[in-house]
Amino acid sequence: MSGAILYGLAIVGLLYSFAKDRKKTKMAVLKAWKSFANLAPQLLAILMFVGISLAILSPATISRLMGEKSGIIGIIIASVVGSVTLIPGFVAFPLAAALLKGGAGYPQIAAFVSTLMAVGIVTLPTEINYFNKTVALLRNSFAFLVAMIFTVIISRVMM
Amino acid sequence: MNLRRYSFAFVFALIMVGMYFYDHSTGLKAVNITVQNFREMLLFLPPIFILVGLLDVWVPKETMIKLMGEGSGLKGIMIAFILGSAAAGPLYAAFPVAAVLIKKGARLAYVLFFLGAWSSTKLPLVIYESASLGLRFTLIHITVSIAGFLSAAFFIEKMIPARSRELIYEKTRSQEV
Repeated sequence: MSGAILYGLAIVGLLYSFAKDRKKTKMAVLKAWKSFANLAPQLLAILMFVGISLAILSPATISRLMGEKSGIIGIIIASVVGSVTLIPGFVAFPLAAALLKGGAGYPQIAAFVSTLMAVGIVTLPTEINYFNKTVALLRNSFAFLVAMIFTVIISRVMM
Repeated sequence: MNLRRYSFAFVFALIMVGMYFYDHSTGLKAVNITVQNFREMLLFLPPIFILVGLLDVWVPKETMIKLMGEGSGLKGIMIAFILGSAAAGPLYAAFPVAAVLIKKGARLAYVLFFLGAWSSTKLPLVIYESASLGLRFTLIHITVSIAGFLSAAFFIEKMIPARSRELIYEKTRSQEV
């Protein structure tokens, strides 16, 4: 769905740009290609790493580790798994819902989902490339902190 | 194309082959998950890069500074929020967008808040989140995230020395983002 909107936007943008200035459009496409080629090697490695890890860690294992009674330890495991793994949102939320049904607790799911979206350990080298080490480390630390605050609030509200 | 940059990918590919010979089903699963994620990536990454390229070519620096620069105030924050929330795709797809914003003179704190919005209040995902985990859960997530990431953005900006902030701006100018 959102993919189609993005492609639509890009195509309309390209056509409009092309009608206005062919040279500039060519430059834009060239820039797009260069950025993609820049990111591709790292991204490919990241995707493979994630594939390998998720194949080893089954949803059943994850569910056992983040069970309702797993308490603080479960929250810590959930936040570490969330920070390290890279699962597309459209897979992550149904997975989280399934884990919830499978016996995972709300705080554990909150920690998992929020770190999953905002903290990226495997993409950290990529992030450092784009900004610098300090910014990337600080951003991830604060994202982790925000996730933990969210988890604490959820454990108060949803219990 | 520099093949050495693909060495990590090559090592992981070898590991997957090894996994396949050690245990067929786990190996296949690893390949399947990788392919599935790769497809997901192809769904949004190419158009995002095209849009970044167009933005780079067509939006003059002065315009971006007016929209998201130091003096843009609340407008800059709102634009960062809308850009981040309207997005699609995982956070790493936001890095090149953030880099081109910085290149064009957007304020670092606003760009960081843009990343925060992308990682928590993305509209397509919020809809998905509330369908999967409930509205209450999602609303709390959004509220905490906006407050948390907004304060974090300014805090991080403050913690970065002026000189190293300058270096980030120089870096994005010199390289193809």
